[in-house]
Amino acid sequence: MTVILETKSLNKEFGAVIAAKDLDVRISKGEIVGVIGSNGAGKTTFINMVTGYLKPTRGEILFNGKSILGHSPRAITRAGMARSFQVAQLFPEMTVLDNLIVALAAAESPRPSFLSPLRSDKRIARAEDILREFGVENYRDSLVTAVPQGARKLVDIAMALIGNPQMLLLDEPTSGVSMDEKTGLMDTVMNAVRQHGVTVLFVEHDMDVVERYVSRVLAFYSGEIIADGQPSAVLADERVRDLVTGHRPTHKKGNGVS
Amino acid sequence: MRFDKTEISLAAVAIALVLFGFVSPGWLIFLLTIAFAKALVVQGVVMQMRSGLVSFGQGLFYCIGGYTVGMGGQFFGIHDAIAALSLGMLVAIAVAMVLGLLLTRYRDIFFAMLSLAFSMILFGILVKSPELGSTDGFNVHNWTIFGWAPDGGESSQHTVFTLTILAGLVIAVLIHRYTKAGIGVICEAVRENEVRVEYLGLSPRWLLYGNYVSAAAVSALGGGLTALATGHVDPEMAYWTTSGEFIFIALLGGLGHVAAPFIAAVVFSVVRTYAIELVPHTWQMILGFTLLGVIVFLPKGLWSLVSRKKAGERA
Ligand SMILES: Nc1ncnc2c1ncn2[C@@H]1O[C@H](COP(=O)(O)OP(=O)(O)OP(=O)(O)O)[C@@H](O)[C@H]1O
Ligand SMILES: [Mg+2]
Repeated sequence: MTVILETKSLNKEFGAVIAAKDLDVRISKGEIVGVIGSNGAGKTTFINMVTGYLKPTRGEILFNGKSILGHSPRAITRAGMARSFQVAQLFPEMTVLDNLIVALAAAESPRPSFLSPLRSDKRIARAEDILREFGVENYRDSLVTAVPQGARKLVDIAMALIGNPQMLLLDEPTSGVSMDEKTGLMDTVMNAVRQHGVTVLFVEHDMDVVERYVSRVLAFYSGEIIADGQPSAVLADERVRDLVTGHRPTHKKGNGVS
Repeated sequence: MRFDKTEISLAAVAIALVLFGFVSPGWLIFLLTIAFAKALVVQGVVMQMRSGLVSFGQGLFYCIGGYTVGMGGQFFGIHDAIAALSLGMLVAIAVAMVLGLLLTRYRDIFFAMLSLAFSMILFGILVKSPELGSTDGFNVHNWTIFGWAPDGGESSQHTVFTLTILAGLVIAVLIHRYTKAGIGVICEAVRENEVRVEYLGLSPRWLLYGNYVSAAAVSALGGGLTALATGHVDPEMAYWTTSGEFIFIALLGGLGHVAAPFIAAVVFSVVRTYAIELVPHTWQMILGFTLLGVIVFLPKGLWSLVSRKKAGERA
């Protein structure tokens, strides 16, 4: 299988805190990978480094075999790697529709037009399709500030997908979303992702959600990857149970470790 | 080309103003000319405010526009008003293209202070230039328009007035479109969330750069028209209190509509004129209270009076 993302001894230190320690990760095209780990384990730091938001202290990052180390987030986005955020990153004082339209225009060209209207009929129609695909059409004209968390997360992910990325990194897509909404949200996202044939890596605290969608799990602890493999194997691993998931008697126990 | 409702209304008001110019007294024509010319400078401030940046140094481009018109006539034999105004805009664009490279790295108060610094540097240079009249500045040479020379004060005043209205109309229509175009909306997106813009694969810096340069051109046009109207330029145009006035007018009008800076500039001129007559030594106090009132009661500027009324009618 072709490797799409590879990191080689990736390190990140914040003063004395080691947020990433010799991370060697290889992800193949088409994989759906779950990332688990307790608070402060270094999951977001990993995504931030890979997408150019944080500069690694040491190491190498290859995307489609080419180094993207030191590239800007926008260059990495244009190269085909998109992300969502732990806290949805939207344009709060704009309507949901406008958020999507801005993303559509950005995907069309890195140089926005100076005089032709952004809200063209074509873009509005496309944005409405996307709103429907993600089941948030009711919020079309609401300002983002007036939209509930779950819908914001969906808009955030929709915006990431608009550029037709080859790979999508989702940082806790279901955080801040109520228990009973989680599966619906993830189903929506995963349907969209499958249609686009995207490789996905997503961070998730809820082990039920992880088991339901992924073919592989990376377990982070204190900046290191302590287990990597099939979900059943990783979740049964003793260190993972000690350090990440806690000793869950069976399934269905709240939020996992948050 | 198709025009929307706003553009047609702007054109109607412009035509009405041009006609009004034929019957109105000279002092009022002058007041309106200066107000509308300044409003163009304010448009430049507002364009940047939309992107989240407050320029405390828009006087720089106001001054560049004015001095280019003045120097073009005095030293380089450029007497055609349109040519001089265009040249002023080009010089402003060239200067902004250089300064923008540095300024777009900064945000918030750092951007504000750096823009102020550049305008004060120009002020300093002009004050120390005896060839340009130092602190006194110099007079603008008699000018022509399409080969026609207005005879005397009254006629030239009337010509500048018409020119200002027409330039104002063209710029207003362009800005109206710009605001709704990719760059305009995405500049607002930069103000809202720069990180997200970056992760859509766009460069916030490039957007702010394009916006900064465009705003400079618009402001320079305002400076050039002011020079034609007053027949005089001096370094005060680049002084920080002048830039402060532009921010004042921008806040007064609000960011709600392209017409707001024009209305606010007229209101500002009228309030100031009466305040100076009423209390010659403490007129600034009246301006201060005006701004206080606007910020407290109309945080979105005078335009919110209009938009509120419209919303009321719709309801
Ligand atoms: N910008 C920063 N400056 C200093 N320390 C940081 C910074 N970002 C992260 N850290 C530290 O690095 C470690 C890893 O943080 P990170 O945000 O990657 O964790 P996480 O696994 O995403 O946790 P969570 O589940 O809470 O989101 C933590 O100890 C955190 O305090
Ligand atoms: Mg995190």
